[in-house]
Amino acid sequence: MGLETSDDAAVYKITDEIAMIQTVDFFTPVVDDPYTFGQIAAANSLSDVYAMGGEPKIALNIAAFPNCLDTEILGEILRGGADKVKEAGAVLVGGHTIQDNEPKYGLSVSGFVHPDKIFKNYGCKPGEVLILTKPVGSGIVNTAVKAGMASDEAVDEVIRVMASLNKTAKEVIQNYPVSACTDVTGFGLLGHCTEMASASAVTLDICPKDIAWITDADSYAKMGLVPAGAYRNREHCEAMVEVGNAEEFELDLLYDPQTSGGLLFSVAKEYMDSILQDFEECHLETAVSVIGKVTEAGEKWIRLV
Amino acid sequence: MKIVDARGLSCPEPLMLTAEALKNYTGPVKILVTEPHQKMNVEKLAKDGGRKATSTEVTEGFEIVIE
Repeated sequence: MGLETSDDAAVYKITDEIAMIQTVDFFTPVVDDPYTFGQIAAANSLSDVYAMGGEPKIALNIAAFPNCLDTEILGEILRGGADKVKEAGAVLVGGHTIQDNEPKYGLSVSGFVHPDKIFKNYGCKPGEVLILTKPVGSGIVNTAVKAGMASDEAVDEVIRVMASLNKTAKEVIQNYPVSACTDVTGFGLLGHCTEMASASAVTLDICPKDIAWITDADSYAKMGLVPAGAYRNREHCEAMVEVGNAEEFELDLLYDPQTSGGLLFSVAKEYMDSILQDFEECHLETAVSVIGKVTEAGEKWIRLV
Repeated sequence: MKIVDARGLSCPEPLMLTAEALKNYTGPVKILVTEPHQKMNVEKLAKDGGRKATSTEVTEGFEIVIE
């Protein structure tokens, strides 16, 4: 029996062929519509299993809900979650709700993975490319939504991006020798890159100009619709990042905390074209970016180029 | 001078109030905020609108004058 831990989830080896992945995640509403919130929270929870290379099998609801709100709203949140679990091919077997002043929702998910095929969040090697499977900017666009300044296009896209499962992306990349993988969430893209780089003892060259942003996220960053979490992420990481000529709005986007972000993985360059083609053939519904490459360890873990 | 007192408010309210104050108004606006990131966001909004922002640290946070 082996016991292993990582940022994304706990992994427990049951036999030589099967390891169990166990994860839990929940948060407060990021959108007004309860059904959509349920979908996003569930997609975010399920993502931890995908980020480890696993297949979600069983999910349990975790919910908090105030007495003063109509329970129909809770029903809608749970319906959104249940639909995402179904889409993931897992089974929702119940859960637990407590009374709380602010609604919260998420899932505890169990999944399986072959012990030899677990995606680790470290192990990238110089010469590899870094690929990200969703556009960046959900924290900034959600701030614009809260301020009533977001365009309809931006609202539609951010919801679609946050609610989309990392299932297809994981199913494509598991056919390739991916050396490191994680899902991009609260630490922002650079937070997760820094973690991956330091754990792999390499420097990541990231090219902001090559990264797909969610519609209008760049304009909102320039307007100062930047959440407090982005500044916290920057404070935490900036000593490890060589900024180069990156512009201020690019830095805000790179540090922007993501809700239910994409998979970030490192793979030998020779597989890049084939992977990108597979994403297209599998109709991956989010914009994919090749965000940079892995180099020998330099002075800082991240170099913006 | 228009004054926006956004002290104690949480994001993105200080920015919304600033945007409202700057709308169709070219005169100077003074904004009071509590947190450093709110100050930086207000400075970004001013710059994005082609306006000049000068910030000073005060006892209870920051004072930003947009001209």
